[in-house]
Amino acid sequence: MQIALLLFWSGKPLWAVEPGDSTAQSTSIFSSASTPAKSITDLSAFVLVITGIIFLVVFAMLLYSVVRFRGRAMDGGREPAQVYGSMQIELAWTIIPILIVVVLFLATARVIHAIEDAPEPVGALDVIAIGHQYWWEFRYPKLGIVTANELHIPVSNLSHPTPTFLQLLSADADHSFWVPQLAGKTDLIPNHPNRMWMDPQRTGVFLGQCGQYCGTQHAKMLLRVSVDGPEDFARWVRAQQIPAIEDAGAIAGRRVFERNACMNCHQMGGTPANGRFGPDLTHLMSRATIAAGAAENTRDNLRLWIQNPSAIKPGSLMPAMKLSDADLDAVVSYMETLH
Amino acid sequence: MSSNVITVPVGQTEARPWVDELHQWLTTVDHKRLGILYIVSALLFLAVGGVEALIIRIQLMHSHNNFVSPQVFNQMFTMHGTTMIFFVAMPVLFGFANYLVPLMIGARDMAFPRLNAFSFWLSFLGGLLLYFSFLGGSGLYGAGSAPDVGWWSYAPLGARAFSPGHSSDYWTLALLVSGFGSIGTAINIIATILCLRCPGMKINRMPLLVWMNLVMAGMVLLAITPLSAAQIMLLIDRYLGGHFFDTQAGGSAVLWMHFFWIFGHPEVYVLIIPCFAFMSEIIPVFSRKPIFGYPVMVAATVSIGFVSMSVWAHHMFTIGMNSYANSFFTLTTMAVGVPTGIKIFNWIGTMWGGRIQFKTPMLFSIGFLFQFLIAGLTGIMMAASPFDWQLSLSYFVVAHFHYVIVGGILFALFAAFYYWYPKMTGRMLSERLGKWHFWLFLIGFHLTFDVMHVPGILGMPRRIYTYEPGRGWDTLNLIVSIGAFIQAVAILVFVANLIISYFKGARAGNDPWDAWTLEWSISSPPPAYNFATVPTVASRRPLWDQKHPEDPDSRYE
Repeated sequence: MQIALLLFWSGKPLWAVEPGDSTAQSTSIFSSASTPAKSITDLSAFVLVITGIIFLVVFAMLLYSVVRFRGRAMDGGREPAQVYGSMQIELAWTIIPILIVVVLFLATARVIHAIEDAPEPVGALDVIAIGHQYWWEFRYPKLGIVTANELHIPVSNLSHPTPTFLQLLSADADHSFWVPQLAGKTDLIPNHPNRMWMDPQRTGVFLGQCGQYCGTQHAKMLLRVSVDGPEDFARWVRAQQIPAIEDAGAIAGRRVFERNACMNCHQMGGTPANGRFGPDLTHLMSRATIAAGAAENTRDNLRLWIQNPSAIKPGSLMPAMKLSDADLDAVVSYMETLH
Repeated sequence: MSSNVITVPVGQTEARPWVDELHQWLTTVDHKRLGILYIVSALLFLAVGGVEALIIRIQLMHSHNNFVSPQVFNQMFTMHGTTMIFFVAMPVLFGFANYLVPLMIGARDMAFPRLNAFSFWLSFLGGLLLYFSFLGGSGLYGAGSAPDVGWWSYAPLGARAFSPGHSSDYWTLALLVSGFGSIGTAINIIATILCLRCPGMKINRMPLLVWMNLVMAGMVLLAITPLSAAQIMLLIDRYLGGHFFDTQAGGSAVLWMHFFWIFGHPEVYVLIIPCFAFMSEIIPVFSRKPIFGYPVMVAATVSIGFVSMSVWAHHMFTIGMNSYANSFFTLTTMAVGVPTGIKIFNWIGTMWGGRIQFKTPMLFSIGFLFQFLIAGLTGIMMAASPFDWQLSLSYFVVAHFHYVIVGGILFALFAAFYYWYPKMTGRMLSERLGKWHFWLFLIGFHLTFDVMHVPGILGMPRRIYTYEPGRGWDTLNLIVSIGAFIQAVAILVFVANLIISYFKGARAGNDPWDAWTLEWSISSPPPAYNFATVPTVASRRPLWDQKHPEDPDSRYE
């Protein structure tokens, strides 16, 4: 057990976990894919080595004294030499830790400064992330795009960086934006705008979720970041900028949507529906999941979600719509046209 | 009634002793009885908080489990945290302080016996108030039951808009009431130590346990007051239309965080310093040597007390403080590691060259040293704030603070139980059951809390009632849950030991461990008012001087 612990605390198994897990589905903090996450990984490796050495030294001292100075039957009740202390030794084990602290602090302060005080370059993408109970709203002010739960950002090239700078806001409780492979977490706090940035260096889907307890469904406030190549990202932007597609075949469903309470909470670009309490649905079908990642975006799940959200996410703030089967089918068919 | 003598039925007179006994326990102002009341009430709440932990662990055994609803799960972790900190850890430590401090300084009671009783009943009734929320929490508005906003009750979740029922009020009032109890006890401990020391017990001759409880009590005064202030502000927000923390009306969520953590971090030291105190008494006795570096230990304790007052915002590294604030709290947090490290070195220095006896108290003490070392080092990792941006709010942090609270505080408490139980009851705890308890608990502890670091590193946040499959978290969580049940079994062994030994344990005598502080100079359990004649001491180890008149400590101090 001790050996396993030693290995554990020298950090080796942590790294050993990585290869099997380094697919796009990994949320390991050590499989970093963006500058802020990478510099944290480097700092953690340094801290792990230092603390690992401290552990080995102190543990060896402890183990040695337990084994070497165990009481034996032949002691015959005699007391050992009564030693009260030693100023030299005390000084040594005060000054050495102070030096270690100074080194660790300087290494850490450097990384704090590099991440927090990084200036925003000209080519950066600005996104406003707004935390809601229990979903994410993403607004791209310069591009005129509003979407939810699945953040699309461009891949960044070190020679020609296009990092993404997030402004973090909250509509209700505290949340925390955490995609471990891209950056450390930063909280979204009402009345307290925050900022974070990331410059992912490879494409793919990166998973994360809300880090700060925000209420009943904190657990299913999942987060997906799709890092797209430059052309893919441009294509996604163009598709998002057009208003909701008007499909004549889905007119019945659209009526259901607009006659019921749906439009009080949801926005549908180019239509009278302009609610902001729930996610923007203009391009719902461009997203892989619904309910902040709690379910895949399929016809069955959409149907279940609209009829009874608690079946997927108990405690969700979307009310059960209690539609007739015909209305439910119609509105789901309408949703399916929203590419 | 005629003038005839009234014959009292026999059965009634036999019932009287129980009533008298109960009456005596309920109205007692004796520091020893109050100490035991604190400890027993804490054990009751430990059982409740433990069951809550097991419910949490069953729910998290595998992904998408449906053992409890999210609402119940959120109540469980809120109640588990609140219970364990406020109604287990603090009362049990106050209980030992109450029992031991007067005995160790040669006093006949605490300075303010009535305040002592008042403080205990406030703390205990605060705990009952918290649990009354299960019955009364849904109250008028039909929402909520037990509080479910986390044990920090971060704003604005605690505001009326998000917690409409009365569940948050039970939480607030319970903490407020027991907080006043804690303040009363802290004042009492300080006054006792400063005013009631026996002749010859100069401040630099006090046992380290007394010194450390003095520092602890001072920290309670500084830490609990902002918490109480914050609770009153929250009540004003909720019922008098205040806007301190009401973000929808321009209040500040961050202000609540500062209030909570300027309590919350010193609180960690309020809990661990009395455990340092146990270690500083137990390790020397079972190593058969005096504590290594007494003055340095005192200095380290006092400096931990000061520095730990300036580290609170390391709980808030993710809230977007600027780089200077983050650097400052990184530095102060790492700096706390220095005096803490000194203590670990001094305990090892005490064992070095000794003749270590592996009785159960010493086993738990060695467990403490090992685990507290690791807990300190993971603390250093999280003090590096960028590393914390990843680890904070994840299961890594949960593993870290359980390493401190269970691996450190609870192990030290078990050591204290095995060490002082003979003094309190006159009976020895069974060594056999004690070893079973130790090894089972050690295995369960490491299975749970070593493994728990890993899902945090793999991105699992805390306070989630369920999680997605395919993230590599399932197996790890199953192991963590199995370990929790092994710990529960070990606790049952411990409780059985407490009960069986009370009736059948070997007689302890005055001084079963051949120890050196004043409590061992009188009978077990000690008589009312402790010392028939007030002792006079000439050194830090008065009983050593008595047992070794040829080579007394007083010659070297």
